[in-house]
Amino acid sequence: MATHTPTEATGSGVIPVSDPARREPVLTIEDLDVHFPANDGSVARVVDRLRLTVNRNEIIGIAGESGSGKTTLVEAILGISRFPNRRLNGRVLFETRTRGQVDLATISARQMRRLRLEEIAYIPQGSMNSLNPVLRVGDQIADGMIDHGVPAGQARGRVPELLERVGLEARVARLFPHELSGGMKQRVIIAIAIAMSPSLIVADEPTTALDVNVQRRILETLARLRDEMQVAIMLVSHDMAVHAQLVDRVGIMYAGQIVETGEVREAVKRPMHPYTAGLMQAIPSIDRPRARMEGIRGATPSPRNWPEGCRFHDRCPRAMPVCRTIPPLLAEPVAGRREGVTGPVDVIAGRQVACHLYPESTPPEARSDGSGRPAATTEAAR
Amino acid sequence: MTDAKTTPPSTNATPILELRDATTVFGHGADATVANDRVSLVIPESPPSLVSIVGESGSGKTTAARTLLGLQQPTGGQALWRGQDIYKLDGKGRTAFRRDVQAVFQDPYGIFNPFYKVDRVFDIIMKRFGIGSGKADRRELIEEALRAVSLRPHDVLGRYPHQLSGGERQRVMLARAWMIKPRVIIADEAISMLDVAVRAIVMNILLDFREQLGISTIFITHDLSAAHYLGGDMLVMRRGKVVERGEVDQILQRPTHAYTRLLLESIPSPDPDSRWATSADDLARLEQDAGVAAT
Repeated sequence: MATHTPTEATGSGVIPVSDPARREPVLTIEDLDVHFPANDGSVARVVDRLRLTVNRNEIIGIAGESGSGKTTLVEAILGISRFPNRRLNGRVLFETRTRGQVDLATISARQMRRLRLEEIAYIPQGSMNSLNPVLRVGDQIADGMIDHGVPAGQARGRVPELLERVGLEARVARLFPHELSGGMKQRVIIAIAIAMSPSLIVADEPTTALDVNVQRRILETLARLRDEMQVAIMLVSHDMAVHAQLVDRVGIMYAGQIVETGEVREAVKRPMHPYTAGLMQAIPSIDRPRARMEGIRGATPSPRNWPEGCRFHDRCPRAMPVCRTIPPLLAEPVAGRREGVTGPVDVIAGRQVACHLYPESTPPEARSDGSGRPAATTEAAR
Repeated sequence: MTDAKTTPPSTNATPILELRDATTVFGHGADATVANDRVSLVIPESPPSLVSIVGESGSGKTTAARTLLGLQQPTGGQALWRGQDIYKLDGKGRTAFRRDVQAVFQDPYGIFNPFYKVDRVFDIIMKRFGIGSGKADRRELIEEALRAVSLRPHDVLGRYPHQLSGGERQRVMLARAWMIKPRVIIADEAISMLDVAVRAIVMNILLDFREQLGISTIFITHDLSAAHYLGGDMLVMRRGKVVERGEVDQILQRPTHAYTRLLLESIPSPDPDSRWATSADDLARLEQDAGVAAT
């Protein structure tokens, strides 16, 4: 197994973009299902045949509306769920530091417990409000390390350095949570997350409840930690603007699946999936002249009853007959367009989209264009 | 900086809604919190206006909204409806005030009784304000109201609140407001719990209401880009005070208060080519000028 890839900040601006040439996966999710059977016999397929790769030392954004399955995906990666009847299928392959590749979907609870914090840290939504009100912040940071076998003295000794890493003064260790502002509390949570130098941090809406100026500071702190500690960060947020500012790659979730992924600049500026296009079009921006936005018609479907074919077809302005029956595959659009479809011609490597507008997304056996094109060369279509 | 203390110039006609140096203090002595400090705001009789009140959590924007809605009596200054003190209205006056000034809140769940179907929201107000005559006429009016907010009546009527999405519930609240035909809608973070895909739809309804029905909107938000989208005027609040006021476009182009500049520098842009550009030092200076602790 590879050691950490050394990195240099590339790109311009305050938040640099990680170097695409140096990417190797730290987490590979293959056809993940997270299903919840109900008493009436129906099954909520909250995450369904989801595919995603997270590379070392990159910030990947997971975007999607409420109900798209973002948090359920995260809980599946971390091996936590409050629902005992959850059904998990597929593979969640994680590159550990010492034991090679493990499948997080099948390892024992004990193994998972050990990996958490040590190798995969989790910042749950709203966790800054879950700090223990009667314990000093420093003790709460040391707590996790002690639980993972670090001698208490050594764990406490690391606290000042961790606080400084997240931009807090060492004296904050002696304070109680109620003495901290929202931004400071979130920094303490980040200090807990990085305490054991994990190779992946999963952060679920880490700045949603914060004021915008504090949000900016926290996101910049995460970006700096990525560079300093060479950690991959999976940032879950409903806010496309946050992704546009911070992440290297973005995955757009809709109805339990990733429908588009790619470099954030490409995905945001030249969305290929009509859902991504609709989302971007619906975001007001002070940088844009005022013009009427349309939003996306209809409502997010229910996981108990995803639409047949493409799950977005009944809301999609560009739906075709094939969209109603055949589920599109997440595939790399290689070359060629369907008749009459205009769009980006050159496709940057790593871009994947699940939409019949791009022939590679249509399963070979369902293709009717008779182009004789060789079968798509992507993972998804293989 | 615009002097937030002075009452904005009023037109000849009595304004529909007005805050005059409204001050609200919670608690006493050392524990006192000044939630609103001499906040002034005028919604004229005409033309229909759009005013966004922008501020972070704790800035006092919701207190200002509640004061205008007759829900939070100010400890100083005045809240006026057509020249009368909102908090001294008699029963009849209060009903007329309610007809003029309607609210849409952040969480539309709070308005619905979970045990009753959505239809009841309409039944109550029709009874209260004597809208419609006869069952068929009322049904017609309800359907018309729902169509005005681009909802299909059969998707909504006969259902329970939990069977609707957040966007649908919020639109039902707007349909309810449409039926009453108020002069002013006060929308307090009305889009902040909604997905982006439906935020535009809700904001467009407010814009349509103003253009087609002459309804003014007071739009309370923490989101500067939403205020930009709606246009009109804007008040920026900070620690209970109005620190900047004027036309949205003007403020966004030439913010005068350090706090407004800080907000503008901090908003994430959906365009990755305009990633945050201010250097850490400049940002720290702005934070200092704005009196914001750098955390």
